Amino acid sequence: MMPTRSFWNDTGRTGIAAWLFSTDHKRIGLLYFYTALAFFLVGMTLGGLMRIELMAPGRTIMGPQTYNALFTVHGVVMIFLFIIPAFPGAFGNLVMPIQIGARDVAFPRLNLFSWWLYVIGAAVVITSLFTGGGPPDTGWTFYVPFSERTGTNVSLAVFGVFIVGFSSILTGINFVTTIHRLRAEGMRWGRLPLFVWSLYATAWVQILATPILGVTLALIIAERLLGTGLFDPTRGGDPLMYQHLFWIYSHPAVYIMILPAMGAITEIIPVFSRKPIFGYKMIAFSSLAIASAGSLVWGHHMFTSGMSDRAILIFSFLTFVVAIPSAIKVFNWVSTLYKGSISLEAPMLFALSFILLFSIGGLSGLILGAAATDIHVHDTQFVVGHFHYVMFGGAAFAFFGAMHYWLPKFYGRRYAEKPATVAWALMFVGFNITYFSMMLLGIKGMPRRYYDYLPEFAPLNLTSTIGSWILISGILLLLVNLFRGLRKGEVVGANPWGGATLEWTIPSPPPTENFEQEPVVTHGPYDFSKAGMP
Amino acid sequence: MAAAQGEHQVIGYGKLTSVWLCLLALTALTVWLSRLDLGISRIWGSLAIASVKGGLVIAFFMHLRYEGRLLRWLLFVALVTLAIFIGFTFFDVLYR
Amino acid sequence: MTTPHHQDQAGAKLGMWLFLFTEMILFGGLFLLYGVYLARYPHEFAQAGQEMHVVFGTVNTVVLITSSLLAAMAVTAIQRDDCRNAVLFLLGTIGCAVVFLVNKFFEWSSEIGRGIYPNSPTLAAGPPGESVFFSLYYLTVGLHGLHVLLGATVLGVVALRAQKRTIHAGHYVLLENGVLYWHLVDLIWIFIFPLYYLLL
Repeated sequence: MMPTRSFWNDTGRTGIAAWLFSTDHKRIGLLYFYTALAFFLVGMTLGGLMRIELMAPGRTIMGPQTYNALFTVHGVVMIFLFIIPAFPGAFGNLVMPIQIGARDVAFPRLNLFSWWLYVIGAAVVITSLFTGGGPPDTGWTFYVPFSERTGTNVSLAVFGVFIVGFSSILTGINFVTTIHRLRAEGMRWGRLPLFVWSLYATAWVQILATPILGVTLALIIAERLLGTGLFDPTRGGDPLMYQHLFWIYSHPAVYIMILPAMGAITEIIPVFSRKPIFGYKMIAFSSLAIASAGSLVWGHHMFTSGMSDRAILIFSFLTFVVAIPSAIKVFNWVSTLYKGSISLEAPMLFALSFILLFSIGGLSGLILGAAATDIHVHDTQFVVGHFHYVMFGGAAFAFFGAMHYWLPKFYGRRYAEKPATVAWALMFVGFNITYFSMMLLGIKGMPRRYYDYLPEFAPLNLTSTIGSWILISGILLLLVNLFRGLRKGEVVGANPWGGATLEWTIPSPPPTENFEQEPVVTHGPYDFSKAGMP
Repeated sequence: MAAAQGEHQVIGYGKLTSVWLCLLALTALTVWLSRLDLGISRIWGSLAIASVKGGLVIAFFMHLRYEGRLLRWLLFVALVTLAIFIGFTFFDVLYR
Repeated sequence: MTTPHHQDQAGAKLGMWLFLFTEMILFGGLFLLYGVYLARYPHEFAQAGQEMHVVFGTVNTVVLITSSLLAAMAVTAIQRDDCRNAVLFLLGTIGCAVVFLVNKFFEWSSEIGRGIYPNSPTLAAGPPGESVFFSLYYLTVGLHGLHVLLGATVLGVVALRAQKRTIHAGHYVLLENGVLYWHLVDLIWIFIFPLYYLLL
């Protein structure tokens, strides 16, 4: 039985405007979700086109300039318009306030403003593709000196990213304040669901690192418009300083992308193993440790760019340190599975594949983090394979898992299990074919971002492209099945999975005020003997 | 944690004015020091004075002295982060 | 826990502080560049520093410190339920902001008149370190100037609200946060001043 009153209709405001200007965290969460998903589909299409171009040596479907624009826009869209806003914006907003027993986030109007900034920034980025000198062709990193000299529309694109960054900062401020101030009675720090812990760590990275992105992007614009020459060696500037500033943000940003994904996985695994999480404290601590250690390692992106040897040594060492808290998480997830009563439904399939793919991504990261091996594979397809294992196999797979896990809560209906399993299998197989081929290509020496390649790389490139078709068909099947299920699938009760966190104690879909009365929390988030009660 | 920050301490005009006088005196001091020929230590000296001035502004004008421990810790974390961003860059710049 | 309709003052203040951290780090990026380039071009920076107007800088420092005092006094006044004085103090702060910006205008006019601005022929002909110094100077001080403008506008809104008594002793978190923002503007200047003006 679906409740007749829920946040979809209980305020009486159901028009488009009531959504676009709603301050309800659940509505804003869904706005974020659909915006981010739309950008994911755009990025996926661009990626698919790139793979088709690389199917065979020489020109296949596009010219080199188009290809350069394509990999730039693919990166910008996927990173700044999809992964960074998606997890905190969509599932953070949807779930976090309920998980801590709050009525809403600390600053609901600011929350809405963040979404608007995100949309406006995205609109500016999109505009930059069709105006001025055409879409930027610098790669998503906007490295100088090329980003200062190219005639393409870099300034506008960078300005759009700047606005999106501001949106990300505001989300971070909102979440830290919410978690500090709005926890329900009895919701001690030690009872916070681990998804909330991971969002807390993420929010701190958003607050402390994103401003550096802001100033870096502003500097590109200043360089282009005012000719300040801060990165121009002929006028005393140092191009490496651009790389430092860029990676001071963009390396921690990797943890903005992966930490909430890890948090979501940490929710799914105990629920589908019917076992309390193993090592709650260590997982919570490792989120904070990843966030802080992750802010110390930006130099490992610059091993081949002429940085001092001492810096290479230090940054390489620190990079290995980050592996420790990441490994803590992996070991704890696996220990949670041990002797659990595992049920392989779609969220769990994505969570389990997350563990494997993230481990491959993380371990291949160590090959890049070790200065000696990095020299050989730097800027090759190996790097592309590596970060897709972390970002796609990690963050995006967790995102898909979270979609299956949490969206039924907000729609009151669920997807069909069998097609979801097939979709997952297609994605998993396609993913590995696509990106493992890239890693092999990189080891064989094929550089990244190249439009053309030597004939000996052709077979693996073809394999990778075929993999991408399998992957994309899996994603499409997944989305069709999921959304059909949310519209007219089986009705779910308050607690379809038997979870013990607070969101499963309220109806699906929840009412606008979330809880009928303020909950008083009496047990931890993974105490399944008390599942369904606060 | 909510209760600890609830009450507000009122800081009198007199106290604020004396902080202001300190700030003016420190400004005079730093300008005077810049006239002396102290070499490279001058930059560290003026940064030290600026930090003291900043500390006064934060502690009294911004009431941090009278806030709970939480804000102090968070400020500390933010400043350490900034120091790391600047400091670690010098691993490269100083030894290149 | 507080209900959403009741104002969570401590929460609002925490949020403001977090925002101030982001501002510190935003300027921190420029200070980072300053530090690196100072280490590389100590002599050129000292040379360039001699071109700066110490008097303008010192006067503006005093103006900003005074504005901060007035802003802090506005908080004390509102806590004592003295709305009239709170508004007066805020207007004083805004007045200081105007004086600061007018000073800045004359200072920049004089410098630009002497051919010192980013990408100017004079700087292009000079040693590389000097052009870096002035580019950083214009960017940092320009960004700071924007913050002065923004801060003064915020305080103007706050003063208006205090005048209309929607801000009062029982509910003044908006005033407190506006003032916190203003202090940040002062705080940044406290570091800009010795780094750019006193580097003779």
